[in-house]
Amino acid sequence: MGWKAKKNLTAVVIQCIMIIGAVIMITPFIWMLLTAVKTKSESISVNPFYIFPGGSWHFENFVQVWNSYNFLILYKNTLLMIALRVLCACLTATLAGYAFARLKFPGKNFFFAIVLVQMMVPGQIYIIPQYLMVSKLHIMNTQFALLLPGAVTAFGTYLCKQGYQSLPASLEEAAELDGCNIGQRFLHVMMPLTRSSLVSLGIFTALFAYKDLMWPMIVCPKSDATTLTAALSRLQGQFGNNYPQLMAGAVMAVIPMLVLYLIFQKQFVEGIATSGGKL
Amino acid sequence: MIPNCPEGTTFRAESNIMRKEELLLKKKKKMTPKAKREAIWGFVFIAPTIIGLLILNYYPIIDTVWQSFCKTGDFGIGNTFIGLNNYIKLIHDSEVFSTLWNSFKYAILSLPLTVSISLVLAVLLNRKMRGRGLYRTVYFLPMVCAPAAIAMVWRWMFNQDYGLLNHIFNAKISWVTDPTIALIAIVIVGVWSAIGYDMILLLGGLQDIPKDYYEAASIDGSSGVHAFFRITIPLLSPMLFFIIQTGIMGALQLFDLPFMIMDQSSRAWPKVKTITYLFYEYAFEKSNRGYGAAIIMFLILIISVITFILQKTEKKWVHYD
Repeated sequence: MGWKAKKNLTAVVIQCIMIIGAVIMITPFIWMLLTAVKTKSESISVNPFYIFPGGSWHFENFVQVWNSYNFLILYKNTLLMIALRVLCACLTATLAGYAFARLKFPGKNFFFAIVLVQMMVPGQIYIIPQYLMVSKLHIMNTQFALLLPGAVTAFGTYLCKQGYQSLPASLEEAAELDGCNIGQRFLHVMMPLTRSSLVSLGIFTALFAYKDLMWPMIVCPKSDATTLTAALSRLQGQFGNNYPQLMAGAVMAVIPMLVLYLIFQKQFVEGIATSGGKL
Repeated sequence: MIPNCPEGTTFRAESNIMRKEELLLKKKKKMTPKAKREAIWGFVFIAPTIIGLLILNYYPIIDTVWQSFCKTGDFGIGNTFIGLNNYIKLIHDSEVFSTLWNSFKYAILSLPLTVSISLVLAVLLNRKMRGRGLYRTVYFLPMVCAPAAIAMVWRWMFNQDYGLLNHIFNAKISWVTDPTIALIAIVIVGVWSAIGYDMILLLGGLQDIPKDYYEAASIDGSSGVHAFFRITIPLLSPMLFFIIQTGIMGALQLFDLPFMIMDQSSRAWPKVKTITYLFYEYAFEKSNRGYGAAIIMFLILIISVITFILQKTEKKWVHYD
């Protein structure tokens, strides 16, 4: 076998492995979609590989789940939580990150240690007291309760600090000579240049908020105040073994993020991978 | 859950320099008006983050430690100091250790699988090939889905009578109700969810390895498997270390997958119940926050010990340039 033939064979084998892997990755999603458009009796009787079991697709499941769970409110809650958390996290982190990377002030190392230590402690230690805060402030079942743990971010501060550190000092010196004060330098020169770390932080924060299950379950038990993820855990209790309806709920819960991901693939993949955050 | 910094070492050097600068500043005693202005800007900029961290994170740490020494009153109201009683109860509580063992078993089973599969995929993808971007997109898909939804889908895939898996294998395996294989079912979902993310991280690491290393090695007559173990693995070891470290942490804090996939009334549930779920159960379902706090303190102790051991052994097998 010649060198070229061998190389071609390797390429074919690799493609086969990757395709098998891709099929395994995507099958649960297809199975979810196919189940969601069956009736309950179809889902438990017909060969799962039939695409049109009863001659047509049934979209009633979506309507039923939508109506009994008021998905419109769930979408609104989830979207608002994500938007508020991303806004708060990016704003506070970019300010603090800039100060830690670029400014001199007394006690800087001490304050930065506060940031670092928070990053190392497992998150569950905060949950009980945070829950007590929410219940004492009487903000259970509100947006504030959902926002609270994500209002500031040590991890984001670290990420933004690294972004600012990678910029050359000469940029700021030039702006200083032009008579810009620190606020102007930050706002007009430096912050726009760290856009990529802010995008990473934004995507990371959004995904983290969207995927979190324990916090919304604890502070927003009411079904009209909770998030998509937490509502799914209730769905399972209500629809039991009616899998087509459960799958319809799951489809509606994953679709928004999935669409965003397919549009902004590059930013998602690179943003999460380069931030080094663990979801 | 825990964002981690792989470049911890550069930090220490950096903070040393900063400390020197600060000492110089102190020697000067008086700050110039310009330095004063800069310090004020600095404080204003860090204020929201630092105040937020103190209220939302540092006060809770102290509060959790305090509560772990308290008995929670009836209906979850009020605390009575009871000293070490929660901890004494904890070390005699077999459920704490069985759930901790479940979490460990999950880590031991899922981590090697995730790391090796994602490493193979990353190596295969690290070349010019057709469909590379598409594969990346598809393998990464589970990362953007809520684990609660993923768990529901897999629960249905695992269904004994009508599930897809038993259809394909033409078997009658009771994936989630048989106590001996329930954990394996959870591991399958965990590995499936995580390989895309680890693959992307490793792919990034692979792309940073200079091509001349392999060229030099092939001139010396080493290629393929040999080069993989002599060049790829050592140069990838910081990334592997990061993945393993965060993987262990993540596994010990696992909550949503078992909770959503399993029936809590099933006889297999005690075999997959994780220690984080036990914490949730005591703190929020049984309103026994004192004991819940003690459980989480215990878990954090375990995680700290593991982190410490990992950091100590890091130098032995992780190569930094």
